[in-house]
Amino acid sequence: MQRAGKLVIRRLIGSIPVLLIVLVGTFFLLELASGDAVDAYLVSSGGGDAALVEALRADWGLDQSPITRLGLYLWNIAHLDFGHSVLLNRPILDVVLERLPNTLLLMGSAVALSFGIGSLLGIVAGSRPGSARDRLLSIGSLALYAVPSFWLGLVLVVVFSVQLRWLPLSGIETLASGKAGLDRAWDILRHLVLPVGALALIYLALYLRLMRAGMVEVWRQDFVLAARAKGLSRRRIVWRHVARNALLPLITMLGLQSATMLGGSVVIESVFSIPGLGRLAQEAVSGRDTPLLMGIIVISAVLVIVTNLIVDVVYAMLDPRVGASEASA
Amino acid sequence: MSKFLVSRRTLLGASAALLASTALPRLAFGQDAVKGGRLIVAADSEPRNLNPAIVASNGVFFISSKVIEPLAEASFDGENGLAPRLATAWEGSADGLSATFTLREGVTWHDGKPFTSEDVAFSALQVWKPLQNLGRLVFANLESVDTPDPLTAIFRFSKPTPFQLIRYALPATTSVLPRHLYDGTDIAENPANAKLVGTGPFKFTEYKPGEYYLLSCNETYWGEGEPNLDEILYRVLPDRAAAASALEAEEIQLAAFSAVPLADLDRIGKVEGIEVISKGYEGLTYQLAVEINHRTEQLANLKVRQAIAHAIDKKFVVDNIFLGYAKAATGIVPQNAPEFYDASTPQYAFDVDKANALLDEAGYARGADGNRFTLRLLPAPYFNETTQFGAYLRQALAAVGIDAQIANNDSAAHQQAVYTDHAFDIAVAPPVFRGDPAISTTILVRTATAEGVPFSNQGGYSNPAIDKLIDDALVTVDDKARTALYNQFQQAVAEDLPLINVAEWGFITVARTSVHNVSNNPRWAVSNWADTWIDG
Repeated sequence: MQRAGKLVIRRLIGSIPVLLIVLVGTFFLLELASGDAVDAYLVSSGGGDAALVEALRADWGLDQSPITRLGLYLWNIAHLDFGHSVLLNRPILDVVLERLPNTLLLMGSAVALSFGIGSLLGIVAGSRPGSARDRLLSIGSLALYAVPSFWLGLVLVVVFSVQLRWLPLSGIETLASGKAGLDRAWDILRHLVLPVGALALIYLALYLRLMRAGMVEVWRQDFVLAARAKGLSRRRIVWRHVARNALLPLITMLGLQSATMLGGSVVIESVFSIPGLGRLAQEAVSGRDTPLLMGIIVISAVLVIVTNLIVDVVYAMLDPRVGASEASA
Repeated sequence: MSKFLVSRRTLLGASAALLASTALPRLAFGQDAVKGGRLIVAADSEPRNLNPAIVASNGVFFISSKVIEPLAEASFDGENGLAPRLATAWEGSADGLSATFTLREGVTWHDGKPFTSEDVAFSALQVWKPLQNLGRLVFANLESVDTPDPLTAIFRFSKPTPFQLIRYALPATTSVLPRHLYDGTDIAENPANAKLVGTGPFKFTEYKPGEYYLLSCNETYWGEGEPNLDEILYRVLPDRAAAASALEAEEIQLAAFSAVPLADLDRIGKVEGIEVISKGYEGLTYQLAVEINHRTEQLANLKVRQAIAHAIDKKFVVDNIFLGYAKAATGIVPQNAPEFYDASTPQYAFDVDKANALLDEAGYARGADGNRFTLRLLPAPYFNETTQFGAYLRQALAAVGIDAQIANNDSAAHQQAVYTDHAFDIAVAPPVFRGDPAISTTILVRTATAEGVPFSNQGGYSNPAIDKLIDDALVTVDDKARTALYNQFQQAVAEDLPLINVAEWGFITVARTSVHNVSNNPRWAVSNWADTWIDG
């Protein structure tokens, strides 16, 4: 356990420069885009005159040089002050924390679902590589993987919400319904089915393929031959020996996925009108709200770093070879 | 659906009587209004500042107009196209130096305090004139507001101010704020800008960012028996395809401002229980215009501008880009502004040969590749139709040997490129005509004074004759004389082509047939919905 503790501390320190690079990079990328928050605001509010434009720029601190603004921003971030969103006119931390649970719920369920079902199907496919059901699953999963998530989302909506009317069309829960407790949980669950389904169906293929490939690899190992020679049942070999050893790459993938999913959820959050971080980030970019976007990125980066850390720790616990050199260095 | 399409076309055609028209859409004859119920509508944006007295824009009005009321609202059958709201009578003095408003009796704010002329005086002097995007212009010469009694407000102007202009500006620029909540505070940052307090038929109840706005019935509203609805829920649906599906699934009952894309209207109009309505936007005419950068050498030549005007097939644009839900423009003032519209302005018929001849005359012969010169074309990204027209314009100009290079930007980048940096040759813009040319139309051609102002003349155009007409009309008090000035103005613009008007359109409302009293005034989507009701 001490080994894991050292690993955590090293990783946390190592992530600070990463965060800094991400922040400065984002800042200048958004700076390069033409137009600023005042421009975006004027368009949305139907215009104004020159004095108003000037007053707004001064008010929102956009009359200072980019370097001054970046410095000021980093100084505030170092003090854990995320600042104020000009787009929403609210404290950024409040906004982000309000949206974070929705995205986490969406992402978490989608990752869990695609990991769970994907690896199970991968075991089914990998238990008899080359068989008919293996081919069927491989082709089916590839086809799903090739489908764009927004399209799948829209099709699911048309079928299950518009035509069959089994499931709600969009949102995270029934609006202003006054539901509480179990009622509310059931309501949220019903709302999550389609967006989570759309996200999970696509990523499921990834886990399926990875599991299957890993198992094909393991089948050739000597210990499998030994197991067969011992006269173990096929089922026991598949579950105890092959699948277990093929599982490690999936955990690596799980860590990587958590980052990708943040991006993938932008589209799904828009299609399903879910107030999450992805949609907020998109609004921040089109409104040129640099502090808001940076706030979202810091929080997302922290999220990704923590997830990867957990993955590493789990990895280190599962496989004694991993991280040994790093921790002892 | 086709019924409404036809009614809209005839309506726009009969331009002379449009605002005074008594044709009411879809009145439930013989049906009594049902009380109660929740109306769920689609909202596509969440404005940063919801205060209509500060931000006079349709996105803000769509929600706030139910809570905060103006002095008067636009009307199909009222005198001068107006219906009383917080004011019951209004009159301008002959010299244009004052305007007297008689206010409604027995009105209370949502927090129980009485509404008085003090509120009007405060709103006019502290908010509309100094802070509001449109009011800064309309009330520029407002000096003081006298309040001889709680129900009379007399506006005093330092220069003659045409009452015609004030009248047209009433619906959009005179949202009254409660003085007792704003006086002595930082008005722009007041918490009441987010949690509105007004006199309207609905009270602002809840806002959940990214999800919804909830308004609920004001039990003590001054309108007898109004409002009919218990609640209005604005559901935030940022995705363009979402509104149509939500209507079909009956998760929302109404989508205004063309939230359902034009291409979907034909299909959704055939769905049982859904209606496509093109009325109710006559007071909010959007114009499709080609903005011209007169700093560009070729475009400074009138013949080139005329050639561009001749190269555009307006009928094609109306039929194929707007799918018939628009009308070809004839000039800078739209046809559904009957008091100002001049039908006799010079027209530029679609004529490729003539356009080619004009360009040859101007001295721009075709090069070896068939091109005469290259222009930067920036279509505004605000509507599907503006970007689609950009693509059409490129083809239309190619036919006359002008190579237009399209650059598509997002809103903020477009705003900076066109209105601040002037890094364009031609741009596609959707300016709004707001009842009177002085409100937001003359600014499109008057010699510019400042950069960075959107929806204004940033093309470097300057014509002293046109400037004089605009300035004279601002201080001409007599309605007829003023209208005559605007007729001359339209002629001058059509002759000199500082910009090219292509089409005029209103938006489309799609609603479930269970919603009644929809689109019964010319600014319906941004009016108070006090008489709207839904089947129980």
